[in-house]
Parts: sequence; C-alpha cells; structure tokens
Amino acid sequence: MSWIDLIGFGPNGRGGLLLWATLMTLSVTAASLVIGAVFGAAVAAAKLSSSRPARIIGDAYTTILRGAPELLVIYLVYFGGSQAVSAIGRLFQYEGFLGLPSFLAGALAVGMISGAYQAEVYRGAFHAIAKGEIEAARSIGMGRALRFRRIIVPQILRFSLPGLGNVWQLSLKDSALISVTGLAELMRTSQLAAGSTRQYFLFFIVGGILYLVLTTISGQLFAAAERRVAVSFSHGLGRS
Amino acid sequence: MDFEFLASTFVTLVKAVPTTLELFGASVVLGALLAIVLVVMRTVGGPILSAFSRVYVFIFRGSPLLIQMFLIYYGLGQFAVIRDSFAWPVLREPYWCAVLALAFCTAGYQAEIIRGGLQAVPPREIEAARSVGMSGFLLVRRIIAPITLRAMLPAYSTEIILMVKSTALASLVTVWEVTGTAQRLISQTYRTMEVFLVATLIYLVINFIIVRLIALLEHRLSPHLRERPRISGEGRTVTSLETSHD
Repeated sequence: MSWIDLIGFGPNGRGGLLLWATLMTLSVTAASLVIGAVFGAAVAAAKLSSSRPARIIGDAYTTILRGAPELLVIYLVYFGGSQAVSAIGRLFQYEGFLGLPSFLAGALAVGMISGAYQAEVYRGAFHAIAKGEIEAARSIGMGRALRFRRIIVPQILRFSLPGLGNVWQLSLKDSALISVTGLAELMRTSQLAAGSTRQYFLFFIVGGILYLVLTTISGQLFAAAERRVAVSFSHGLGRS
Repeated sequence: MDFEFLASTFVTLVKAVPTTLELFGASVVLGALLAIVLVVMRTVGGPILSAFSRVYVFIFRGSPLLIQMFLIYYGLGQFAVIRDSFAWPVLREPYWCAVLALAFCTAGYQAEIIRGGLQAVPPREIEAARSVGMSGFLLVRRIIAPITLRAMLPAYSTEIILMVKSTALASLVTVWEVTGTAQRLISQTYRTMEVFLVATLIYLVINFIIVRLIALLEHRLSPHLRERPRISGEGRTVTSLETSHD
C-alpha cells in the first residue's frame, strides 16, 4: 500500500482519523485556554492584591506550575482526579477504579499551566495601563466597579493579546502530552496509526506537519487580531 | 502521611538526578553549538543557507517536542539505510535519541534568542571598534559577544528552565531519568500521587538552583547597570526583566 493510501481518506487510509484528531487537539487547547483564563485572572488578582497571604499564594502558584515539568502536571491531575472520582464513587457504594475523563483531565492540567503563564501576561498588562487614566476616571467620580469595567478590563484585554498568542502556541504544543492519558488527539492518533501500520516515520511527519499548520494559522489569526485592535485604539493612546 | 515511604522515594529518585542533569547539559550544549551555526547561516550565509535556517527554526519551534523525539526514536529506525549506517549505534540508544531531539529542538529556540541578542548590539559600537582597527574575531570577542550575551541572558534563562522540564519527555522513550524512574517506582508500589509529587519537588529544586545561578551570572555581567551606592536617599534596586517565551 502506498503512503498516499495510508494518509488518504480511502478504506485503509487514516486521513479522516487524523483530521478528527486535529479538531480534538484544537478543542482541548481551546478548553485549556478558557480554563487558564479563569486561573490566570484569579492568580493575577492575587499577585496584585494588597494582602500578603494572597500574594504568597499567587507567587507559589506561578513558580510551581512554571517550574514543574508539564508531563508531571498532567500525570498528577489525571491520577489525582481519578483518585478523587473513585473516592466519590465509594461514597455511592461503587467499588473500583473510576477514571477522570481524559479530555477533562488534560484540559484542566494544560489549563492550570496556561493559567500560570496567563497570570503573568495579565499582570504585565495591568502595569501597562497609564496611571493617569485611572486618576482621571477617579477624578470624575467613577466608582471602583465602573473603573474596573470601563478603564481597566478593556485595556488589559488589549495589552495582553500578544502574550496570549504566545500562551496559546505553548498550550497547543503542550496538548501533545495529553496523549499519555489516552485522549485520541493528534499526537496519540499519529502514534496509533504509526504503530499499527509500522510506518512510524510517515505518520510522525504527517502529525508534525498538522501541528505546524495549526501553529501557523493560529499565529496569523492572533497577528490579525492584534492589528485590528491596534486600529481601533490608534488615536486613543498613541501607543500602537 | 507516610514519611518513611516519601523518604525512600526521594532517595530512589535523587539517584536519577544525574541522568536528568546529563540529558539537560548535553542537549543544551549541543543545542547552543547548533544554534550558533544557524545564526551564522541566517546572518552572513547566502540566501539559500539563510532560508534553511529560517525553515529549521519554523519547524522545530512550531511542532511539539514529543513528536520530534518519536520521529527520531521510532521513525529513523524504520529505514534499513540508517540501521546499516555508522550512526546506528547512537540512534539505537533511547538516551542519545532523547539528547538529539532535545538538542535539535532547543537549537531552534536558542537561535532566535541569540539573533535577538545580536540585534541589541548598537551599530555605532561596531563602527567605533572598526575605526580603531578592530576586526574579525577580536571584534566578536570584545564587542559583539559581550553585548549579545548580556542582552540575551533573561530570555536564555527561560529557555534553560524549559529544557530542564523537557527532559521529562525522555521517560516516554524509556530513559530512566527522574520521571522515568518515578514511573518504574509506581509500577512496583502503585502509589502514584506520592511518587509524582516527590518527582515534581525535585524538578522545582533543580530549577530554583538554576534560576539563582543565572541571576548571579546576570548580576556579575552587568555592573554598569547597577546604581552606585548613594550617600543619602534611598537606592532603587534593578529587578530582572520578566520574559515570555513561546
């Protein structure tokens, strides 16, 4: 069988599976970006807060999740989550091992890592806001909540766009490690196709190319988003 | 908490630390050499070499390290040409496959960091050095290299930390470094969480030490950026820049 047939969409081809797996990689990475945004916002708030314990917790979070190997974080979340789920199962008289769904465990683990990087992105963005704007808002009597909603959030979103692009690329590549939990994403599917056809080189090259397609297209999308945002802000701050 | 088990796990895993550090050291040094070659190709090589360097960086930064490692470990062994070649004794060993994959990958990132550092060298400094008759290797050693090194150090330290973490992937091609040893220990004891937590702690300690060492180096290399001690008033401390890295 020629290699065209192997990666094609015919009866013995793996093309369909690989495309499905590419979508799976995209969705698990998107889920981890959203989870990471929640963790990231909370940790950035903790690191910027005036309370010392909150700052210590925030610093510990970013230090640990940026310093521990991604693979170990995934193992810890996957097995820890499964242990927790099994413990809940025992409460309901179910004896035996219950696994955490690999999509959920993977998105949570990569999301927690992404959250550590996102926290730094948001913190940097917060510091980039001109202090005069906050003073101006305060001087016309804007309250805390309104100031946050009208002045701080829109600018954090804008300033963090380039950093978020980097975090997305990082998570896209980290998502390959979720394959160890058995989730049929791009890495795992390439690996299975390579093993069952003994065509390791072919399938890892094809998998690698699909990752390159994903990183290239998403890189261009982020660049386009940055240009768009820069246009709408260009006469506001004169910073772009 | 079973402290006895944690202690014995720690002792077992610490014995695998040299393997992790070897993987890290070998791949960072090989990667740095390769990165320098890539940067030279990109900056002074002709259009073809420059294009090759660009494509190399694009490929190795754009795809996951795990797929690169599997490509080298499983993919190359598939070809009879390679199995019969002189390189086979190296490519047969999971350890060397891991080192090669790590080195090839980090070379792509390091090349970009070095290139960024080179761009920080002000053209005037080179002109000034040329005007007093400095050229060739002396120019590189006295002017270009020190400025580049100082400018690239913050980004380089991030890359180094990423490399320490990346060595954990070698466990997936059966190298018995810290993560691999942890997995073997789990298959004997079934105590997943404790063993992985101890392994994580070991990586954090290694990274902490490396971060401190690089901060020390940065401090030594930049005496001119430090504020002179003042007689009155409070001094401002220069904090190291946070860098992000994709």
